[in-house]
Amino acid sequence: MSGEMTSVSTEAVAARPKRSYLPELISWLILVAGLIVLPSYGSVYVVYMVCLIAINVIATVGLNITVGYTGLLSIGHSAFLGVGAYASALMWMHLGTPLIVNMIVGALAAFAIGLVFGIPALRIRGVYLAIATLAAQYSLYFIFQQWTSVTGGDRGLSLPRIDVFGLGDTGFYYVVMLTMLVTCIAARNIFRTRVGRSFIAVREKDYAAEVLGINVIRTKLIAFGIGAAYAGVAGSLLAVFLRIVNPDQFTLVVSVFFLAAVVVGGRASILGSIMGAVFMTLMPEILRFVLEHATPEGADLARLLSPLREILFGALIVGFLIFEPRGLVGLVRRAFGDTETVEARAGEH
Amino acid sequence: MLMQILEFSLIGVASGGIYVLAALSFVIVYKATNIFNFATGEMMMFGTYLFFMFDTQLGLGWIAGLAAAFIGSAGLAMILERGLLRPLIGRPAVVLVMVTLGVSSILRGFAGVIWGPDVRQLTEILPRKPIFLGDILIPGKLAWGFVIIGLIAAAFMAYYRFSRAGTAIRATSTDQVTAESLGINIRAVFLLSWALAGVLTCASGIITASVNGVTPQLGQVALNVLAVVMLAGMTSVGGVVIAGLFVGWLETMVGAYLGASWQSFIPYLVVLLVMLIKPTGLFGERRIERI
Repeated sequence: MSGEMTSVSTEAVAARPKRSYLPELISWLILVAGLIVLPSYGSVYVVYMVCLIAINVIATVGLNITVGYTGLLSIGHSAFLGVGAYASALMWMHLGTPLIVNMIVGALAAFAIGLVFGIPALRIRGVYLAIATLAAQYSLYFIFQQWTSVTGGDRGLSLPRIDVFGLGDTGFYYVVMLTMLVTCIAARNIFRTRVGRSFIAVREKDYAAEVLGINVIRTKLIAFGIGAAYAGVAGSLLAVFLRIVNPDQFTLVVSVFFLAAVVVGGRASILGSIMGAVFMTLMPEILRFVLEHATPEGADLARLLSPLREILFGALIVGFLIFEPRGLVGLVRRAFGDTETVEARAGEH
Repeated sequence: MLMQILEFSLIGVASGGIYVLAALSFVIVYKATNIFNFATGEMMMFGTYLFFMFDTQLGLGWIAGLAAAFIGSAGLAMILERGLLRPLIGRPAVVLVMVTLGVSSILRGFAGVIWGPDVRQLTEILPRKPIFLGDILIPGKLAWGFVIIGLIAAAFMAYYRFSRAGTAIRATSTDQVTAESLGINIRAVFLLSWALAGVLTCASGIITASVNGVTPQLGQVALNVLAVVMLAGMTSVGGVVIAGLFVGWLETMVGAYLGASWQSFIPYLVVLLVMLIKPTGLFGERRIERI
């Protein structure tokens, strides 16, 4: 390599952090400050939506650890949300344990159930995990629905209102925000550790990872289990948030929703998961708004809404995979003049 | 008692027929293009709706309706291959699988928008009159459906085994590069195998729906089909027939003697056991690698 080129490239590398870190930090701080003061100024609807988005962010980050970072396809994510939701709801109803304990139990339960489905599938290369998680989706739905004495069957479980720090719903809002913050930072930091790096190594080339001394099967299991545990945390928050848990919250459509959030936001990017979850949570609302104003009077909106959502979820997955594999994060980077498309395609996973 | 077991067995094997056709469609796509098609169930559902549209809604009659539905399904499958999957060749398997999953969601959504969530009944093509074998009674639709499935499966397998195109597909599945260097048009093989898959799924969907009608959720039998494919070993055309009939039989027997609610666990159980004990399936090639 010529000296000139080296100097150019080091300059470019040196220039980058200066340009990007400070504004990024400031915008994150503004966002956090905004979220802290939001309950005092925002309407009930806004607070509700922000809560829902935050819960979806947690679940999406979890799925991204499995799908984006480790390259394992899970199409039963909502079933693990369900495990967390039922576990924490049952804990609360029968034992009256505090929310934090319920969240941990929800995470552990989802982790354990995840391993039940993951262990047979992850010993083999290929897309077997996808089949196993599809089986998890159907069989866990079936258990939620049929084990009436515990899960309440189709009617599900109704939970009492929760009171955190004596602040009521606002207190719960802060709990959700704090959990989101902690889980996102934890996810970001895990990829600076040995374990997290080994996830990426396994995704890139499992043989090479094995040669480097990484236990591939154990790494895959941990990655899948962590993804399920994130879903468990999100599920236990969702149970408290909606104050009802029933089987229809945890269907295949919901799993496709989270997969779409990962793909749309950007695989292997925490920021991407956040953007994807925000986008995908708001999209059905926008769709409903558009439909209400675009369709003639008397058209049956409810009948159209759910299939239209399915079309949109599917089309977003397919469209982003074909045209922008880096997701919204890639679009934003490109908008800021960072055109690494060729490199991104080559290094895609 | 013995008579009853025999009766349930026959019914079970007959109902396994629909799995055979759908699983054949899956296997041919997997063999030729190496794509794991999670949209198989939704292709079944959509083909059935096409038949419903041409036959009942447009009033073409069932013969023309059937032909139009087959052509429509084949066309749809070819559009999927050419438009969505071809541009992704060379990308990781996970990406391709995700695309088929997205496609299944899109198809389900379109069926919901166009035909609504309610059950639609198809024209009765198959005779209802039950068939008696001695004292054993088999519902007419099931028996005739099974006969038709047998004919279609036999025709498909003969085409696959003996025709030039079938040989080209098999050559491609053995070694793409060698096949291409011997003058086989790989792109045409991809298109053809998807078209065949479209026709097979459409036929299996119509026969499935001839009993209970069609809803956008018809594709949920996909899990059963996956169980069949796993048991057979993903790549075995002959194995799929045996595995399909076996899974149908197992499901009916379990439903009859343990209760219908246990039935839904069968595909899951089969999938899990195959993964644990013999990931290559019973008849599969040793393409599967442990790591």
